[in-house]
Amino acid sequence: MLCCICQEREATVHLTQIAGEKMQKVDLCEECAKAKGVNDPAAFSLADLLLGLGASQEVEKASGRKEAPCPSCGFTHADFKKTGRFGCPVCYEHFSDGLATLLRSMHKGVRHVGKVPKRFKQLKKALDVSDQLKTLQRKLEKAIHEERFERAAELRDEIKSLTGRTEGVEAP
Amino acid sequence: MTKVALQEFLTPPAEMARRRGPQDEIVLSSRVRLARNLEGCPFPGTAKKEQRQKVLGTMLPAVESLKLMQNGFSTAMDALTALDKTILVERHLISREHAARNVGSGLVLNKDESVCVMINEEDHLRMQALLPGFQIKQAWKLIDGVDTELEKSLDYAFSPVFGFLTACPTNLGTAIRVSAMLHLPGLVLSEQIEPIIQSVNKLGLAVRGLYGEGTEALGNIFQVSNQMTLGEAETSIAERLEKVVKQIIEHEENARGTLLERSPKTVYNHIGRAYGVLSNAHSISSKESMNLLSFLRLGLELGHFPGVDRSVVDELFVQTQPAHLQRMHTGRLSGEERDLLRADMLRQQLRNMSRPVMQAPPGQADDSAEKTN
Ligand SMILES: [Zn+2]
Ligand SMILES: [Zn+2]
Repeated sequence: MLCCICQEREATVHLTQIAGEKMQKVDLCEECAKAKGVNDPAAFSLADLLLGLGASQEVEKASGRKEAPCPSCGFTHADFKKTGRFGCPVCYEHFSDGLATLLRSMHKGVRHVGKVPKRFKQLKKALDVSDQLKTLQRKLEKAIHEERFERAAELRDEIKSLTGRTEGVEAP
Repeated sequence: MTKVALQEFLTPPAEMARRRGPQDEIVLSSRVRLARNLEGCPFPGTAKKEQRQKVLGTMLPAVESLKLMQNGFSTAMDALTALDKTILVERHLISREHAARNVGSGLVLNKDESVCVMINEEDHLRMQALLPGFQIKQAWKLIDGVDTELEKSLDYAFSPVFGFLTACPTNLGTAIRVSAMLHLPGLVLSEQIEPIIQSVNKLGLAVRGLYGEGTEALGNIFQVSNQMTLGEAETSIAERLEKVVKQIIEHEENARGTLLERSPKTVYNHIGRAYGVLSNAHSISSKESMNLLSFLRLGLELGHFPGVDRSVVDELFVQTQPAHLQRMHTGRLSGEERDLLRADMLRQQLRNMSRPVMQAPPGQADDSAEKTN
């Protein structure tokens, strides 16, 4: 049996943890068990092991503490906590609240930069525009509040030209 | 698709070892891997057997029909023997995790094994381009092309915010893993490897021994790869890794130069002993042979074995691994039996290789190579 962390070495440390009614078996090699400081098998979760300590708290936040399982695959945040993996693509939407905190701890950013499949290119543009719109709207309110009307007029024009561009493109 | 057994399809190690790439005296290979999933399907880890089989049924024909896969090899994982799978792992074509998969998982390889697609590993699709030497950009271009082609017939799970959706959030976004396999005996011998690893880690890149456990790197072979996948474009990730690899190459070259200048005897000692043991042992473990082959390779690079082609050693790196040894013998070998056979093979393969010439000026190694041939 392979270690569930490195997937490379033979697992020699076998732990069973009981979460709710489910029994979760964890098999680790000596190295990984030591590296993760697994001497109190009752007090760790797989998500912590795989994603770094504190991950499961983030996940708990990420799931908004809602007990509702993913409508598409039935995955719960407890499942994520145990496996460090999501069940299906819809999980990302379902558990999206607070997911950013978790992602920030392991990635360079929290928004995708890079390749976009062809059929999403339109959608991506629309999303970028809607982001820009939100920022402009905020600036506009601030300008009006500060009675900087010239600036407000400029911003209004910018918004108008942007909304013109989004016509015909469905927002996500 | 070719209809032959896997082991007939695979390029023989001798031929494989003769494939050269830029700067392959230090960079053994470059690899770019992308993960993709299908919209509306649970990830392989959650999917039921029937769901995995359905995904495999969609994926296999899509991948097989790629132009690049003409005369390639395609199989369901349960059609392979345990030995076949380990051979694929030893060739770095599939992950150990994928080797453990059976029903509902699959594999497609192109003719020269530069592109390998795993179906239903941790994600629905894991595709990699693997090229000899320092060719990160080329590997990216190759796999980018495969991905763009597949995208035409497959509906990928993608979010404009999170990018490509993967089973593990550590792969989210670009879902790219760029890596290079490096041979760094100079940095290991001069004890500079640890600080180098630490500074590379600080740049958000992972370094690990390719064989062996924990920090131990058998054969002085290390793999450098990116860890972060979200918030940075593929090309930028690849360029960053390329830059770091360039620096490591420079450090390795400097380390070799300094070692030869300050303590040539240490270097000669390692090379000489490696030659002595490898060409005379009657029992040798895979671990020991890996470590010694590394120094034999270094000796070749430094011109101490005039007339010997480096592919001799590179072939042995592959051939001495357990599954590759096993495949030449019927009947299951025990560990001790393998050690005997490994030593037999090494003595046989190295029988025409003369003792290292330690005084040969490195610059003239090529000339003498032609004469002795
Ligand atoms: Zn492990
Ligand atoms: Zn789900």
